[in-house]
Amino acid sequence: MSALLQVRGLSRHYGHRIGCEDVSFDLHPGELLCIVGESGSGKSTLLNTVAAQLAPTSGSVRYCQKNGSWLDIGMLNEADRRRLAREEWGFVTQNPRDGLRLNVSAGANVAERLMALGMRNYSQLRGIARNWLERVEIDPSRIDDPPTAFSGGMQQRLQIARTLVTQPRLVFMDEPTAGLDVSVQARILDLLRRLVNELGLAAVMVTHDLAVARLLAARTMVMQGGRVVETGLTDQILDDPQHPYTQLLVSSVLTT
Amino acid sequence: MTYNFAFLDEDTKRMLRRALLKAVAIPGYQVPFGSREMPLPYGWGTGGIQVTAALLGPDDVLKVIDQGADDTTNAVNIRRFFARVAGVATTEHTVDATLIQTRHRIPETSLREDQILVFQVPEPEPLRTLEPREAETRTLHALADYGLMHVKLYEDIAQYGHIATSYDYPVLVDGRYLTSPSPIPKFDNPKMDQSPALMLFGAGREKRLYAIPPYTSVESLAFEDHPFEIQRWEHHCELCGSRESYLDEVVVDDRGSRMFVCSDTDFCSGRRAEAQA
Repeated sequence: MSALLQVRGLSRHYGHRIGCEDVSFDLHPGELLCIVGESGSGKSTLLNTVAAQLAPTSGSVRYCQKNGSWLDIGMLNEADRRRLAREEWGFVTQNPRDGLRLNVSAGANVAERLMALGMRNYSQLRGIARNWLERVEIDPSRIDDPPTAFSGGMQQRLQIARTLVTQPRLVFMDEPTAGLDVSVQARILDLLRRLVNELGLAAVMVTHDLAVARLLAARTMVMQGGRVVETGLTDQILDDPQHPYTQLLVSSVLTT
Repeated sequence: MTYNFAFLDEDTKRMLRRALLKAVAIPGYQVPFGSREMPLPYGWGTGGIQVTAALLGPDDVLKVIDQGADDTTNAVNIRRFFARVAGVATTEHTVDATLIQTRHRIPETSLREDQILVFQVPEPEPLRTLEPREAETRTLHALADYGLMHVKLYEDIAQYGHIATSYDYPVLVDGRYLTSPSPIPKFDNPKMDQSPALMLFGAGREKRLYAIPPYTSVESLAFEDHPFEIQRWEHHCELCGSRESYLDEVVVDDRGSRMFVCSDTDFCSGRRAEAQA
């Protein structure tokens, strides 16, 4: 099967400081890739650079569109980049408040991307919004409540609904479960696993939590100091880490 | 003390005219301009006054309206201001005027090709309440990416059951630029579509000008199943009996009695004079 996303020699520097350095990987349709590493290891920089939210210092990102043609993300103009981000990609931020529009209702949040795509039928928009609230386990009767009236976990689920409503093919997630308590985390991870399977999404997820990687991802990349130090099947990496840093990371997980 | 004709110096007027030409060339596009300090506070119509000052010639006849009325403080003061610093003739009759500066209404009497309507605009950016970043709203305009505006209309229907926005109702000009019609009631929006008169908009505090040239399409946004509608009244004007004009509800005593009268005072008095004759 051919890849959906090809990243080659991607670097992003902040002046003389390294954000991420010489990263290459392929992502296949329906695959979930986890990027793990300690705080400051360049995970989020890498994610933002791949998702074209940051300009790369060098290297390339290529994406295979629905129609089968390849796009060089670095060469896109602003209009095409936004169209891609709206129609084929999704981005889930760590803090749902960054990804949601807090001054409009939950329904408007879910329907926003559909309206951006040109849907102009109110009852249809509402039907879809209701349906998606249900899919992320939010009571559809709360469709007109503002997101500020929701708990942290509900806000994160609302953000997921808002991102997935246009049925993107590729979703970027930046620590979607960080900052939530353990039981809420488990519920969201469960939900994500179900939706990713149902929709056949490909996803790149950044996390510092190895348990999340084990639960969701087939493949994992370990980063340290802006470089990828180890990459492979998640189970392989977690059960038989080769690189000293990965060994440290795995051994530092609290076991119960 | 004497002022230059129409208060502003000639270089400033030239700058304003250049910006206005650009605005007319790109219908609905907000053109930045070097807004000047005017002898009245922001929010009282400094943008409209600067546009008027740049356009006035010695032969012009000026009419100024405020919420439809010729006799309110704002209208009287601006009219007297230009009578004093430009010595132009002023009128309260829409048909006699060549230049009409308006705050929040379009006259009921149809305008002609030889008339110009100047609007006072507090907030030229229709997307501002949803997107506070200027760089972002400019990008959205550049890409004609206007889904956001429908988020506001959606929110209206969700909260009130219908599109409750009743003034400053967003329009799409010439099928391209999303534009604020200034805080006119949406009752006046249909008058903008294919209007024979040139319409110019000035926002003094925000330093923006824009224009809707004559015979340009102006479409009010809406949903397929919630189409655009204007206000309707069960009443008619108690002074002139009009059922077609925009009505103000006026409390007339301290026992809660109310009456409905035309907001356009010139239109109303014209009809009454006609009825008497």
